[in-house]
Amino acid sequence: MSDVEERLRDDEPAEDESSRTSRPSGAPLNGAGNENTRGSSPAHGRDIVARSSAEVIGTSVIERTGADESLEMEQELMTVNLGPHHPATHGVLRLLVSLQGETVIDLKPIMGYVHTGIEKNCEDKSYWKAIPFVERMDYLSYFFNMQAFVGCVEKMLDLEIPPRAKYLRVIHMELNRLHSHLVWLGTSALDLGAMSMFFYCFRDRDRILDLFEMSTGQRMHTRYFQVGGVFEDIPVGFERKVKAFTQEFPTRIDQFEALLTKNEIFLQRTKGVGIVDRERLKQLGVTGPLLRAAGEPWDLRKVDPYLAYEDFDFDIPIGTVGDGWDRFRCRIQEMRESVRIIEQAIDGLPEGPVLADDRKIVLPPRHELSTSMEALIHHFKLVTEGFRVPPGECYYPIESPRGELGCFILADGSAKPARVHFRDPSFVNLQSLRDMCVGEYIADMIQNLAMLDPILGGIDR
Amino acid sequence: MEVKREKIRASLPLDEPDPNKALHVRQVRARDLLRGDIEGVDLEKVVEEAVLTTRLDKVLNWGRANAVFPATFGLACCAIEMMSVVSPRYDIARFGAEAMRASPRQADMLILSGRVSIKMAPVVRRLYDQMLEPKWVVSMGACSSSGGMFSNYAVVQGADKFLPVDIHVPGCPPRPEALLYGFNKLQRMIRGNPDIGWRTRYSAHGTEEWARDLGKVTDEARDAYAAARDIAEAAGPPVSGSPGTPVDVPGPPQERVAVPSKPERDAGRFI
Amino acid sequence: MPDAPGLELIRADLNEAHPDAITGSYFEYGQACLICDPAKIRDVLAWLRDTPGQEYTFLASVHGVDYLPAEPRFGVHYELLNMARVERIRVRADLDDPGHDKLPEIPTVSDEWPTADHQEREVYDFFGIVFTGHPDLRRILMPEDYVGWPQRRDFPMGGEPVIFTNTERDVPGWYA
Repeated sequence: MSDVEERLRDDEPAEDESSRTSRPSGAPLNGAGNENTRGSSPAHGRDIVARSSAEVIGTSVIERTGADESLEMEQELMTVNLGPHHPATHGVLRLLVSLQGETVIDLKPIMGYVHTGIEKNCEDKSYWKAIPFVERMDYLSYFFNMQAFVGCVEKMLDLEIPPRAKYLRVIHMELNRLHSHLVWLGTSALDLGAMSMFFYCFRDRDRILDLFEMSTGQRMHTRYFQVGGVFEDIPVGFERKVKAFTQEFPTRIDQFEALLTKNEIFLQRTKGVGIVDRERLKQLGVTGPLLRAAGEPWDLRKVDPYLAYEDFDFDIPIGTVGDGWDRFRCRIQEMRESVRIIEQAIDGLPEGPVLADDRKIVLPPRHELSTSMEALIHHFKLVTEGFRVPPGECYYPIESPRGELGCFILADGSAKPARVHFRDPSFVNLQSLRDMCVGEYIADMIQNLAMLDPILGGIDR
Repeated sequence: MEVKREKIRASLPLDEPDPNKALHVRQVRARDLLRGDIEGVDLEKVVEEAVLTTRLDKVLNWGRANAVFPATFGLACCAIEMMSVVSPRYDIARFGAEAMRASPRQADMLILSGRVSIKMAPVVRRLYDQMLEPKWVVSMGACSSSGGMFSNYAVVQGADKFLPVDIHVPGCPPRPEALLYGFNKLQRMIRGNPDIGWRTRYSAHGTEEWARDLGKVTDEARDAYAAARDIAEAAGPPVSGSPGTPVDVPGPPQERVAVPSKPERDAGRFI
Repeated sequence: MPDAPGLELIRADLNEAHPDAITGSYFEYGQACLICDPAKIRDVLAWLRDTPGQEYTFLASVHGVDYLPAEPRFGVHYELLNMARVERIRVRADLDDPGHDKLPEIPTVSDEWPTADHQEREVYDFFGIVFTGHPDLRRILMPEDYVGWPQRRDFPMGGEPVIFTNTERDVPGWYA
């Protein structure tokens, strides 16, 4: 039973007290001693990572894992179906898991259970009317979906939006990033057993939704971004409320950290679990906090700034190992950075209009409709037919809470897009779930799925 | 000496349609009950009618309404608002429904939150079938009520198409308060209180599209349909139809076969 | 992004390395795009990744487009990204519709670029474009037994007609 001894030896957690202290942003968050934690020896399937999927599916299980033949006598393979209705699958994701005892040998995600045909439906609507459709794809980061679509259309129209609109967009997007990370934190902690985190996170999430309701009128799916800027200016008390929120929210994040970061159970469950190295993640197309937790400093807000992000001073948290603990810490730190951005944005909010001036694209303000004939005609044309976009193709990527969210639009010169496609980060990130889970326990699979933060609306569209 | 008492009871049927005689029947039955003269099947029937129907059923329904275990079917965006119904601000635990059971075998109420795609519909149906009676379905949001904004190949246009739905909560997504309002309506329905429909509030009975007494068409319904048919025929052929094709204007509803109804479920369906 | 002259340089170099692979190029909205012959797509992508000056190592997106009624009908877009220089380039493979019961084919890149696995399945699911050599080409988002390629332009949108007061008569028996 020498391999069992090996496995027991690997199970000892490495000592890394350096990771328990809080670090300044931008510095590596984990000590270097984490490579020895469980899951990293070849017997646990690390070499599966290097093989192509064709080989893996075709060959037998025992060959693939290199498992000892004596094991074949003792245990048999069991295929378990998780989902689509399951409390821990973060939506309707179905997983076919082949287990040998409690170790995951193979994993196949089956999706499509909430496929809504949004991309096809957008082809039937004018650009303005497609915005609510597109919003509902990745349903936790609706402002980001809107920004990807609206930004792509603005790029094709070569439309410059006023600076106040840029700042307002940034504020709402960063608030949405906070909201998305809070829901992630609440549901992930719930999956791992820390049920009270759910209530704390949703309490704070409700405060963010109050802010959204104040400025846009709706809690979720606000249809706030328009081609040319933002739908409406913020009301009078909004700045004050956002400032109060940003003053108070870092203490809340401290409370969340105090609940989880010193919790031995949480540490044991997340440290050293689900490690996939950087190069493999990049091959799989993974972006976002997953890639940053693995050590790659890639954030589209910094490397390829859009809107007003270059005006703000913020850092990108990067991990070292890329396990569940790193992903957790990255997202927590990202929440703090988002609060910094919101503070700077609300302090530096420029005056001016919130919609661009081009009346052929942007609706005129209502008070002009009773005095100006051109405004009336523009309004009529825009509402009934919509503005036309010259023929062409454009791909516009932004950084959503889950990674690179890209919008591809093919315009054929008419008022309706000919093809809208979203490169959704969760869809591509889900391909890394297999690499994370194979060779580890099924309980770790739940944790990996939680730390992956998939949103099925974005995966299925 | 034996006192002979007249057994009038046999000649009085227990369900007497004539309202004038029904009171007399009930009085006689009450007298016999007090005397101890009713036995056997008749006694059981009386007890069932008088006691269980009024008291025990109410207690049962009160218990069912205040301890509903939702089976959360979080499909899409509405699932997030459903999760926030559990959250401290819009607390569904006040109404006793915070124990969200993942297993359908343990759940009473299915909250369909989100768009039902064609791939998911058989799964939902199977889960609904696995739930034990009594069960209720709340269709939360526009997408599960009617397909929502997604009128396309991939979304089932309303969960009504394959599930019986009790409460539809509109919104996209509905606010948590809206879901709580719908849940309260469901609770009232469970308790058997039919006074939740607008027809009762606005005295609009007689405007339903089906006959109220199953098997009979009321006179006012028949008149109303005749009047509508006259107006429709006088208006001529519809603009959207092709000229010359006869349009099948629906006539008065046919006599329906009486379908056995479950009183505790149909009580609130006057909408 | 490589600018327009940079794009022409890339095209010229590619033509030296793999003649007749690139059939066109265009530059719009600040984005560079190469139009490629579908049979040579693997060579083109490998060249863009491995050549020392190019190094587009990140495949961000693989998606399909139906250009109906323009010919060639289908296009498969490969969005490449150079992380070091933050430059993007798009390679587009134009496919003809063979018509009737045959489906357009293009070689898969999922063995070299593992991210293309699910994304090529999605293109197959929605457009019917077969990626030859893909280890597991089956529908990903639609039910497995679905018939039809939904995101083609000639596929109907589906759904139900909305019933207004003036269209009630066209949908007889709607109240039942």
